[in-house]
Amino acid sequence: MMRVLLLALRRLAASLPTLFVLLAGLFLLLQLAPGDTVDALVAQIGGGDPRMIEELRQYYGLDVSVAVQLGRYVWRLLQLDLGFSAIYGKPVSEVILERLPATLLLMGSALSFAFAAGMALGVLAARRVNRWPDTLISTLGLVFYATPSFWFGLMGIVIFAVKLGWLPAGGLEEIGAGYTGLRRVADIAWHLLLPTLTLALIFLATYLRIMRASMLEVMNLDFVRTARAKGLSPRRVITGHVLRNALLPMVTLVGLQAGTMLGGSVVVESVFALPGLGRLAYEAVVQRDLNTLLGIVFVSALLVILINFIVDLLYARLDPRIVT
Amino acid sequence: MRLTRRDALLSASATLFSPLLPRMSFAQETPRRGGVLTAHLGSEQRILNPALRASTGVYLITSKIMEALVDLDPNGNPAPVLATGWEATPDGKAVTFKLRQGVTWHDGKPFTAADVQYTAMEMWKKHLNYGTQLQQYLEAVDTPDPHTAVFRYSRPMPLNLLLRALCDLGYIAPRHVFEGTNILENPANTAPIGTGPFKFAQYERGQFIIAERNSSYWRKDFPYLDRIVWRVITDKSAVAAALETGQIQLSSYNGLSLSDLDRLKEDNRFEVSPRGIEANAFNNTLEFNTRRKELSDVRVRRAIAHAIDVEFFIENFLYGQAKPATGPIPSSSPAFYPDGKPPYPFDIKKSAALLDEAGYKRGADGTRFTLKLVPIMNGEDVPLLATFIQQSLAEVGIKVEIVQLDIAGALTTVYRDWNFDLATGWHQYRGDPAVSTTVWYRSGSPKGAPWTNQWGWQSDKIDQLIDQAATEIDPAKRKSLYAEWVKAVNEEIPVWMITERQFFAATSKQVRNHHNVPRWDSSDWHDTWIAAS
Repeated sequence: MMRVLLLALRRLAASLPTLFVLLAGLFLLLQLAPGDTVDALVAQIGGGDPRMIEELRQYYGLDVSVAVQLGRYVWRLLQLDLGFSAIYGKPVSEVILERLPATLLLMGSALSFAFAAGMALGVLAARRVNRWPDTLISTLGLVFYATPSFWFGLMGIVIFAVKLGWLPAGGLEEIGAGYTGLRRVADIAWHLLLPTLTLALIFLATYLRIMRASMLEVMNLDFVRTARAKGLSPRRVITGHVLRNALLPMVTLVGLQAGTMLGGSVVVESVFALPGLGRLAYEAVVQRDLNTLLGIVFVSALLVILINFIVDLLYARLDPRIVT
Repeated sequence: MRLTRRDALLSASATLFSPLLPRMSFAQETPRRGGVLTAHLGSEQRILNPALRASTGVYLITSKIMEALVDLDPNGNPAPVLATGWEATPDGKAVTFKLRQGVTWHDGKPFTAADVQYTAMEMWKKHLNYGTQLQQYLEAVDTPDPHTAVFRYSRPMPLNLLLRALCDLGYIAPRHVFEGTNILENPANTAPIGTGPFKFAQYERGQFIIAERNSSYWRKDFPYLDRIVWRVITDKSAVAAALETGQIQLSSYNGLSLSDLDRLKEDNRFEVSPRGIEANAFNNTLEFNTRRKELSDVRVRRAIAHAIDVEFFIENFLYGQAKPATGPIPSSSPAFYPDGKPPYPFDIKKSAALLDEAGYKRGADGTRFTLKLVPIMNGEDVPLLATFIQQSLAEVGIKVEIVQLDIAGALTTVYRDWNFDLATGWHQYRGDPAVSTTVWYRSGSPKGAPWTNQWGWQSDKIDQLIDQAATEIDPAKRKSLYAEWVKAVNEEIPVWMITERQFFAATSKQVRNHHNVPRWDSSDWHDTWIAAS
């Protein structure tokens, strides 16, 4: 256990310089975008006079040079202060913490679903390779992969919410219903069903292809032939020998996609009106809210580091040859 | 005569634009008490205080919680709210407001003239966008007794201008909450305290805002509704789905896409109309940077206007939800509208002739010159219009390059960096030309002020007309001054008002007494109720 903790700390320490460079680079990059958060505000409220605009620049600390702004930002960051959100007028850490649960819930459930379904379908396709179930599964995977997620989401809403009335059209939960406990859990699950499926379908294809290829590869290895030769049933061969070995590339992929999923959910969050980090990031860019945007990058980076760390631990469990 | 689709659309929009329909009556129905009205909120606001931020997005929420001195009645005339009466001195330099008695703030403190004085001097005059200009010459607000406020101006203030402007720029904030604090950082800016029919209850960022019935509201036995919920939905297609599934009952200010508005018009569960939003007309615009040599020639500006088939654009891109503009004052503003025809009807031959006359002949490749067009993305139609302009002008030999930016970027590029030849966006009319319209033409606006004259264009005659009209206290004379002004700016077109449009709302028919005043979405909804489903 101690070793795991040490490893975690070492990982984090190694990532810190990268994270720091990333944040400073992003700060400078965003300076290249024309307009600042006051322009965005003035655009939103439909105009204002120059004196008021000047006052607002002062209020948001934009009346000083970029170097000074960057200096102030870095200094605050060193004190673990992410600053103030221009959009919400609250500390960035608070704004992000409010959004984190919805994002994690959506991401977690979509990722789990994509992983589980991808694995199952991949195994199925590999066992019936080049026969009709394989062709069907592979084709479906391609279709899901090629379809934009907003279209999936909207079609899901049109069919299941507007036409059939089975599922809610959007939102995280019933507003003002005052549900508590299990009733609330069920309500949120109900609302997240469509968004989770929408997000998961895109990723499903990748998992399914990887699983299929990896299964096929492992099935041709010597130890599988040995297992078969010693008289194990095909089911035992698959579950006991092939599956475990074929899972390694899948686990790698989870680590890689965790980052993508955070960003990839902007569209799904907008279509389903979910209060997640993706939409917050989008809003922060449009409103030129630097602090919020950098805060999100910071939190996302931490999440990715964490997930990759867990992936590393999983490797070790799945394949004892890999020593942590 | 055969009735074409275009005729039908044009006459339909003509009826829609007929000013200020009478208050719809549901006399046969008894209003039902209780129920929740859920409205769409397209973008979240940074501050929920209409005394600091003038914006329809802010009013949509806060006008139910806080109240202004006056609002518009069904016929578009100023009606009492927190002020019960008003009177101006003959020189127009002092306006006395009698204030409503027995009104209390949501925290129980009484509403008095001190609140009016504080809000006017500390918020409207110092921070409120458009308010700072309106109250530029406000010297003091005297409070001879707790229910009288006297506004003193150093220059004559037309009473009609003040009253119309105060519907939007006249919200009162509680002095006892703000005094002695940093006004911009006061927590009441996101948890507003007002005198209105609903009390602020909850704000979940990115999700919803809730306001609950104020049982001690000064209009006895009002409001009918128990609660109002605003749901944040940023995706326009998702808004249509939310309406159709009953998650929301109302989306206003073109919260739906033009195609969904067109589709839901045929759906008898909803009313899709500009009724009750007449006070917020807007135009599609084309701004000319006259620092560019070609565009400094008025013949070139006119040629460009003649080259664009506005009616075609309206029918095919705006689903007929507009009409060609006749100038910067919209026909929905009867107090000032001077009548008239679109000054530059589509005429491609005339356009080419004007360009030839100005000395810009077609080159070997058929091109006369190239212009850079910056679309200012106020709405989904702006990029469409930009492309339409590009293709129309290609016909007369002007090549157009479109520079795509988001709205903050476009505003900076056009208004601060002057890095454009043409720009296209929206002009929003706010009840009186002096509020936010004449600034598009008046010279002397400091560099960087958005939606003002940054075209490098100046006319003494037009400046004078604007200044004269702004302080003229006789309504009839004011109207004729503005008529003269419209004529002059139509001649010169430093900016071309292309279309005249109104915002559309889609409202569930379950909602009663909706859109019964000209700025209903920004009004208090005290008499709105929901029929049992």
